[in-house]
Amino acid sequence: MSGRTLLDVDDLRVTFPTRTGLIEAVRGVSFSLGRERLGIVGESGSGKSQTGRAIMGLTPPQARISASKLAFDGVDLLAASPRERRALRGKRIAMILQDPKYSLDPVMSIGRQIVETLRTHEKVGKAEARDRALAMLEAVQIRDPARVFDLHPHEVSGGMGQRAMIAMMLIAGPEMMIADEPTSALDVTVQLDVLGILDRLVSERGMGLIFISHDLRLVSSFCDRVIVMFAGKVVEQLKASELSQAQHPYTRGLLNCMPRIGFERHPLPVLDRKAEWAA
Amino acid sequence: MSADTIESRRAWLLSERPASRMQARLGRAYVAWRRFSANRLAFLGLLIIISLLVIAALAGVLAPYSPTFGDLKGSRLLAPCAEHWFGTDDLGRDILSRILYGSRWTLYVVILVAVIAAPVGLLVGTVAGYAGGWIDAVLMRVTDIFLAFPKLILALAFVAALGPGIENAVLAIAITSWPPYARIARAETLTVRNSDYIKAVQLMGASPFRIVLRHIMPLCISSLIVRVTLDMAGIILTAAGLGFLGLGAQPPLPEWGTMIASGRRFVLDQWWVAGAPGFAILIVSLGFNLLGDGLRDALDPRSGDQ
Amino acid sequence: MTAAITVDGLEVIFDRFRALKGVSLEVNSGESFGLVGESGSGKSTLLRAIAGLAPVASGSITVNGKKLGARRDKAFYREVQMVFQDPYGSLHPRQTVDRLLQEPLAIHGFADGEKRIQRALDEVGLGNGFRFRYSHQLSGGQRQRVAIARALILEPSILLLDEPTSALDASVQAEVLNLLEEVRRRRKLTFLMVSHDLAIITHMCERLMVMQSGKAVESLSAAQLVGHRVTEDYTRNLLRASEGFVRTG
Repeated sequence: MSGRTLLDVDDLRVTFPTRTGLIEAVRGVSFSLGRERLGIVGESGSGKSQTGRAIMGLTPPQARISASKLAFDGVDLLAASPRERRALRGKRIAMILQDPKYSLDPVMSIGRQIVETLRTHEKVGKAEARDRALAMLEAVQIRDPARVFDLHPHEVSGGMGQRAMIAMMLIAGPEMMIADEPTSALDVTVQLDVLGILDRLVSERGMGLIFISHDLRLVSSFCDRVIVMFAGKVVEQLKASELSQAQHPYTRGLLNCMPRIGFERHPLPVLDRKAEWAA
Repeated sequence: MSADTIESRRAWLLSERPASRMQARLGRAYVAWRRFSANRLAFLGLLIIISLLVIAALAGVLAPYSPTFGDLKGSRLLAPCAEHWFGTDDLGRDILSRILYGSRWTLYVVILVAVIAAPVGLLVGTVAGYAGGWIDAVLMRVTDIFLAFPKLILALAFVAALGPGIENAVLAIAITSWPPYARIARAETLTVRNSDYIKAVQLMGASPFRIVLRHIMPLCISSLIVRVTLDMAGIILTAAGLGFLGLGAQPPLPEWGTMIASGRRFVLDQWWVAGAPGFAILIVSLGFNLLGDGLRDALDPRSGDQ
Repeated sequence: MTAAITVDGLEVIFDRFRALKGVSLEVNSGESFGLVGESGSGKSTLLRAIAGLAPVASGSITVNGKKLGARRDKAFYREVQMVFQDPYGSLHPRQTVDRLLQEPLAIHGFADGEKRIQRALDEVGLGNGFRFRYSHQLSGGQRQRVAIARALILEPSILLLDEPTSALDASVQAEVLNLLEEVRRRRKLTFLMVSHDLAIITHMCERLMVMQSGKAVESLSAAQLVGHRVTEDYTRNLLRASEGFVRTG
């Protein structure tokens, strides 16, 4: 499934200086990604989003990043210049955020944004760019691509906006995609449509996908492998299919504490956080 | 006091688990104070204002001469010297003494205007913002009418109608300076009135009066304090302007604007007669502006929640 | 069995947008009833209309046998209280927990405030250490506990819950759901709970109503839903979606 390694992360640390001292958001995370779907799961404050941002190079400037290795397809991301990283971003690595409303430019039509993205990374003619943007909108299952092409972000629903966002991110044909809670703002039925689109694109194009989410059950139904994070550390890495045999009490606690249809448990088991997990 | 007790007091103030209402309130004030005092310029502003208060309180002790009676024979229009640091004016009065006493009038104007204008603006703005509908429309159109005139001109009109004098000048300035406060309070009210925490109080059965008074006004107050402090300089200048035009404080009151007006006649030869009160106005205005800027950073409700 | 809440043909119109298109509902006293639907289904609007926070165009709402007019009296708020979705937005940013809990007592003129606040905090598992904190010194779960304490302090018989856990982490969600179940059992409360999550509704409620674009799709018992004995396609879709992602082809 994985083949060649796309991304290699070893001992990644992200530290934020604050008034009261240093806060370590990510504390020594290591994993590697092939052409597969990798889920990163954790609760708020677990450092899952900061891990994704550090790989993408979107960490706020006051934060310090260190790693003994952070390499994308052989390119050392920490040694790369801002220009090199910008070139990677969008062209070879793409990112989808939770709410498309904040990631799309509100005053530019969706189609134009996709075309602009394509033309910053590839030398293509206007007509060709338009055709490819329309094809991409169709690929993310937008029924009337020509109409949506001319709409502005506020004129479309959340699900449609997220599809447009995915289309924009995929137009340049990236090899790796980081999706940070891409479906959390969407209704359940729309959520599954969007996941279906992502899934198909990943398997058709052989992309590597990092799927960051708080929802362990959703991630395990979608991804090949799951990394569980707690307090900035990886507490467990396992195959999604083997989730039911999770070893770490935190993983098991997360899995158990959610209500499930058809499993009556009153009261619900609660997670008893142990200090040694964070150590 | 040893370092240990200071440290333990600080810990008490910054406690995440205050044990009483008092500790919670003091802790919050302490955090704001720390943020404020970290800003050196704001601190300078505060020092200027404190000095102004001290000078006004102790003018009788500090002033070397009488502010109203001068030595007409021997000391008219003396240049600054050892006996008269800021020189004397055309009636032989010591300018330093007059400026020290004048600080009382400056404070009098500033405080009275703030006490009248800020609550009126707060009330009009929050009521308009919370009630909405025709109440909002009426209150805001009235505000617009006041805002449509330049402040000094409107004040002039009021003083002309009420008659010259420092009380009427204060009244005129107060009448002209509440509308911006009403605007600010209304804007703040509009952003919070649909929030869940106001809805929650509505669901307790609270009357609109109670909601405005106890839940909305406290949220508007900090931005209003900042705005009023920043406006203080303008108020001083307007009062001085009215005094300068002969419509504010009347001679022989040692009001700074009036002093500039009477020094105007000799501004080329005896520059200190108008220059000294002008400089005093400059310093105090600067003090209020610096203080206002510092308060804005310290009281900003957005950063205040961190 | 008596009805705690009866809603009949309720229409809510916001600026010519019909958010509710004639919805009827009956919640029995002591029952926990769920409203499920996606965004725009009108489930929250229905809850807010009952609380008096949404403009009712037509239809009627009856609570504990009393028909409600456009204005709610103080007695109504002693019977019905609400917990909001966003714990970060439902607590006043400049008030301590103590002040937040004091407010309802002051409005309704309770004399034994001290004791009640103490008891309310204990009941939601916060204890006295949290009493003088400001909301920004609390975590999301703690805030929601304070919101529950505030709703319970007037001893209502009906609690309206608007997605009370959707902004919380899964483990905190479990704690808050357990707390809600516990107070319901202890105080014999009637719950009307809104959620987009079928699993939460079946966990918390005995009966539920599925809503879509301002209308009721179907009403059924939690047992029927668990057994997949549903009649409408829309409900079936929701049910399938709640089971997670299934790879096709």
